[in-house]
This record gives sequence, C-alpha cells and structure tokens, in this order.
Amino acid sequence: MFVVASNTNAEISKSPPSLVPGGRFLIVAQKVMSAEGVYFGSALLNTFIVGIAIAVAQVIFSAVAGFAFAKLNFKGRKFSILFIVGTMMLPSQLGIIPLFMLVKNLRMIDTLYALIVPALVTAFGVFWMRQIIDAQVPNELLEAASIDGASVPRIFFRVVLPIIKQSSFVLGLFAFLASWNDYLWPTIVLQSPQNFTLQVALTQLKPMYGLDYALQMGGAFLATAPLLILFVFVGRRLVSGVMDGAVKG
Amino acid sequence: MKDTLARKGRRKAPLSPWRSANRQKPAKAKKPIEGVASLDHRFGIPMVAPFFIIFLIFGMAPVVYSIYISFYKWDPLGGSTFNGFQNFVTLWGDSDFWLAIRNTFSIWALSTFPQMAMAIGLAAILRSRKLRGASFWRTIFLVPNITSVIAITIVFQQLFGRDFGIINGILGLFGVDNIDFVEGVVPSHIQIAAMITWRWVGYNTLIFLASMLAIPDELYESASVDGATKWQQFIYVTLPQLKNTITFVLVVGTIGGLQVFAEPQQIAADGGSSKQFLTLTLFLYNQAFVNNKYGYAAAIGIAITVIVLVISLINFLITRRISSDGVKK
Repeated sequence: MFVVASNTNAEISKSPPSLVPGGRFLIVAQKVMSAEGVYFGSALLNTFIVGIAIAVAQVIFSAVAGFAFAKLNFKGRKFSILFIVGTMMLPSQLGIIPLFMLVKNLRMIDTLYALIVPALVTAFGVFWMRQIIDAQVPNELLEAASIDGASVPRIFFRVVLPIIKQSSFVLGLFAFLASWNDYLWPTIVLQSPQNFTLQVALTQLKPMYGLDYALQMGGAFLATAPLLILFVFVGRRLVSGVMDGAVKG
Repeated sequence: MKDTLARKGRRKAPLSPWRSANRQKPAKAKKPIEGVASLDHRFGIPMVAPFFIIFLIFGMAPVVYSIYISFYKWDPLGGSTFNGFQNFVTLWGDSDFWLAIRNTFSIWALSTFPQMAMAIGLAAILRSRKLRGASFWRTIFLVPNITSVIAITIVFQQLFGRDFGIINGILGLFGVDNIDFVEGVVPSHIQIAAMITWRWVGYNTLIFLASMLAIPDELYESASVDGATKWQQFIYVTLPQLKNTITFVLVVGTIGGLQVFAEPQQIAADGGSSKQFLTLTLFLYNQAFVNNKYGYAAAIGIAITVIVLVISLINFLITRRISSDGVKK
C-alpha cells in the first residue's frame, strides 16, 4: 500500500510493478488531504470522536449492567440474559431500515450522533463484561466488602472496577476498532462530506476522470496508519482479549 | 437454548411482579452464574436499566418494526399501504434475490473453507513449542483484522487487476492467461473471498490457537505412548477437540458472510454487469436506499435472518449428531 502510494501512476502500471517505495509519498499525502470535495482531515477527526465516544459509552454501560447480571440476584435476571444472548444471533441488517427511520425522526441524520447513539450499547459488550466479571471478581471479595458495610455502588467503584480495568480497556478497543472500520451504517446516515468518517471519505477519493491509484492508496494508507500505530502499543492486549474470549466461546 | 429459556422462564415466574426478588431462593444449579447473596439486590434493576432502555430503543424496536413494515408497500416519500405477504411473494419470484443468494453463498464457501483450513494449520504451527517469538507472531496475525475494509478493497483491486495486477502477473509466469477478476463470476467471487480471508484468517487462527492450548497435554502424551505420529495426533486428538470451536467459527463466519457489503459495493455499486457482485446485503441496501422500497427491503432483511437461523440450527444439529456418535463409539 505504502509502495503504491509513493509512486507515480506510470510506475504503478508498468509491468512488473515497482516494489520499492518511490519518493512521492509526502506529495501524495498532501494531495489526499487537499483533494477537492473530500475533507480528509475532518474525516479523521470525526472518526476519532465517534470511536472514542462509542468506546467509552460501551465500557461504562456494559460494566455496570454486566456487573448486575453477574453478581446481583434481581428479578428477571436470567430471562434478560437469555434474551440478550438470543439477540446476538440476529443479523444487523434486520433492523437497519427502521433504525434509519428512527434516527431520521430524531433529526440525527447527517450528524455524528447518528453514528454514536445507536452504538452506545451492544448485546455483545454486556455479555462479554458479564463473563469477565464472573471470571475475574471472586464472590468472597464482594461478600467481605458488603459485610463491612459497603454499598453496592461503592463496591462497584472500589472493588470491581479496579479488577476489570484491563478487560474494560480491551472491550473499549474492540468497540473503537469496530466503529473505525464500520462502513455500511455511516454511508446510510451521513450525507455531507464534512461529516464523513474515514471509510466513507476514502470512497470519495476517485477522481472524475480516470483513476489515480496513488491517491487512493495514499488515502487507504493514511486511514490505516493511526490504527497501526495504536496497534504497536495495544496489540498484545488485543490478542489476549481475542484468545480469552475464544476459550469461553 | 430455546428449551432452557422456556423452562427457566416458567420456574422463575413470580406470583406477583412487584414482590421483591430475594424472597425466592433459586436452587443451586450446576453451571449458571449465581449472584452474591449478601449484596443488595435492589440495585440490580437500576443498574441494568440504562443499558436495557437504550438497547430496547435502538436494538430491539427496529427489529420489531422491521417485521411490521415488511407487510407494507412503504415509500418514504409516497406513504405506505398494507399489502400483506406481497413483498415476500415478490421476493420469492425476484431473480435478483436468487442471484444474491447464489453470490453470497458462493463467496461464503470460497472464503470460509480455505480460511478454516489455513487457520487450523497456522494455529498448529503457532502452537509448536519450538516456535520462537510466539507473542510477536500472534500480534502480527491480528494486524490484517484491524485494517479497514475499504483500504483492503482498494489494495486488492489492484492486486487482482486484469492487466497489471500482481496476481495475474504471477499466474502469467506459469502460462495462465490473464483472468478478469471483475467480469468473471467465479473469479470475481474469488477476489471478494480473498479480501475476506485476508481480514479474518489471522483472527480465526488465534481462536483456534486458544482452544488448542486448552487441550490437555495428557491426551498427546498417551497418544504418543500408543505410537501415534504427529500427523495422527493432529487428526485424532487435535481436530476432535476443536469441534466446538469449528462450529463457533462457522456460525460466526456465516453471520459475517451474510453481511458482506463494503467490498462488492466498492467494486460495483449496482452489483456489476452480470450482477456477479450483488450480495444479499448489497441487494437490501440498494432496494432501501437507492430504490426507496423500505417494505421490500425489510422483507429482504427478514429473509437474511431466516437464513441465519436455519444455518445455525443445521450447524447445531450436526454438532450434536457428531458428539452423540462419538459417545456411541
């Protein structure tokens, strides 16, 4: 990807194609950022805002609900859990049209809220958190804390949260990555180029006439690079998150 | 799952919905997660409520409403008229629908089975104790999964280009004529399947690796005492132990496979010259947001859901069959 982004169109289309980076990457990057009708910079910002908002919201909602589902015996608990797990089988396309109508009625079309609000909670997040809290937080600890007179909210903040900090981070990462790479929903609800996320903006990098491979590749590279940088720091945790989930699944 | 749901629901059915929950002492079941008795259970519902309310509004209500509008001729501009099962009848007779099913399953098969074989093979390699830098390799395997669909599509379109693509370049060295990975039906599916495989093979490798690491060493030890070769150990010890994981990956892969959208849409938004890129989700998207046929598109959504449920059920039955056969032996 980087190789193509840094070569000229002529170099790309010769046979065999050039496999060494050319010297044009910065020029291409500049072209991507300033491409007409494409707001690549604001797309980058939008994607970040949406991703972080969704990640934070999902972690909070999932941790609170997941704790209650794992450790509190309230009425309807088992039924709700089965219900939530059951809905995980449903493909997301099933509700997509009414969701669009709903978002439209709430006047959120073409705003970032349209991306954030429906993604605030997921069945997966809650289920995952419940499994994590069940596995990582020993019942004895909670019993001891409640006998010492701590209230449930206090126990949640002082005992449970510190234990599940790492796993919450992983869940947040999953949510962030999923939103970063989402394409179907953003294409449906976003209309003006200033509000596009990176994935949608990328598809706009097609010149009117002919093809500019270097431009497209440059865009693809710029859209992926932030994730790669993030990955250098958190890759290991993601791997353990994926593998932990697998054994239970 | 449904069976337990019904049973549990009955057992826990309260006499009065307003009576406090901690009066009933649930019998100690074998596996289900039990709450901590000394915690104040009154906090349960308030803690779940924020999640549940948002979930019902943005998760469940659209699903229910989708079923409702599938019985209507629903145009966002022209209003709606009830027309019973007409959408489903039309859908059944719509050649595009069947084409979309064919394309979706063709892409699904071309991506799932090679991917599964590769993932199990790679996991077996990663599992080997001789391998150095295990955690480095595991991390590398996850990189393709985080790269974006659109970026992958852009890159793969070039790799699979008819005249200057690297794939055709390599095939050309073996005397194969240039293949058109856009116009040809099977080649176009191969191209999409390759994109999906690239993105998910590493992820599935990690899933298989995790469950391989959970296989107890004793099984291998006793197998090797019995004189089993490495290959025999793989066939008779590793693979049977992976059964549940294989089912899991298959079901998740099927649900994912039915959602394939971005890749074909990028290559040909209308589905291509002979509709070779028209997947079910692309079909739904075009009917809803290009043709403004909401009711019809909702019917497509329901059809997709039925397919997912049927496949999951078949998968479940097959797995159960295999495991009961295993017991008989």
